[in-house]
Amino acid sequence: MPTLTRWLVKAALVWLVTALLLGVAMQLPAAAQVPLLRAAWPTYLHLVTVGWLTQLIVGVALWLFPKHSAARPRGSERLGWVTFAFLNLGLLLRVLGEPGRALGYDTRLPLAVSAIAQLVAVGAFVLNVWPRVRER
Amino acid sequence: MPRLSVWMIRTALLALTAGATLGALMLAAPGTAGVARWRPLHAELLLVGWTVQLAFGVAYWILPRFRSGPERGPESFGWAAFVLVNVGVLLVGVGRSAAGAEMWALAGRAAEGLAAAAFVAQAWPRVKPFR
Repeated sequence: MPTLTRWLVKAALVWLVTALLLGVAMQLPAAAQVPLLRAAWPTYLHLVTVGWLTQLIVGVALWLFPKHSAARPRGSERLGWVTFAFLNLGLLLRVLGEPGRALGYDTRLPLAVSAIAQLVAVGAFVLNVWPRVRER
Repeated sequence: MPRLSVWMIRTALLALTAGATLGALMLAAPGTAGVARWRPLHAELLLVGWTVQLAFGVAYWILPRFRSGPERGPESFGWAAFVLVNVGVLLVGVGRSAAGAEMWALAGRAAEGLAAAAFVAQAWPRVKPFR
């Protein structure tokens, strides 16, 4: 398994555990009295769908999709690392910023950076994997 | 990779890009130009257009093949699934986002259900031991 895929899959596993722990906390009887937990549903949802599911797909796709070429079997290594770094940076900023916004803090800047980072991650992944999705 | 898988996976990548773009707009500028009302389209693009369709495309490619006849079974079921799932995503996404378009959403859910049925009809016999 390539190094990049190992980082993506392990990061996906970390986000999965984080999401499920948050899910447990959100279901505790006392959670209704904790504003941070009452506002955590969108964060939980994105930890599961972006941090776990999409990141796992990205890691496995970069590993197992048809080879780009003999010289660069997995396409651009650099774009792959951009995907990894920006996806996780964007998600981390979301985890910090989204509950803050629900509590009334001004989190416009971190959330805007989070949005841009996640979009860059998706763009880098699509550009990298698109030429590998082809008929043989 | 067979042609149908190429179409499904590339369309899934387009759905990922479109859904992520909508999501980024909602996260960065939640109050801008009624962008929040497109949340159902964002969710539909990413949950069905991206993840479900990607699974369709990869499964059509890698599930065990037949030794005789068409190696991946009748291709028409796969193409029906491809068309129906994408029509369904658009109808559900727009129908649940735009005011007064609930019937579009219902038609979209029906299209997605038919897509699932067509995909299952194609994939079911291929879930078998290697020979």
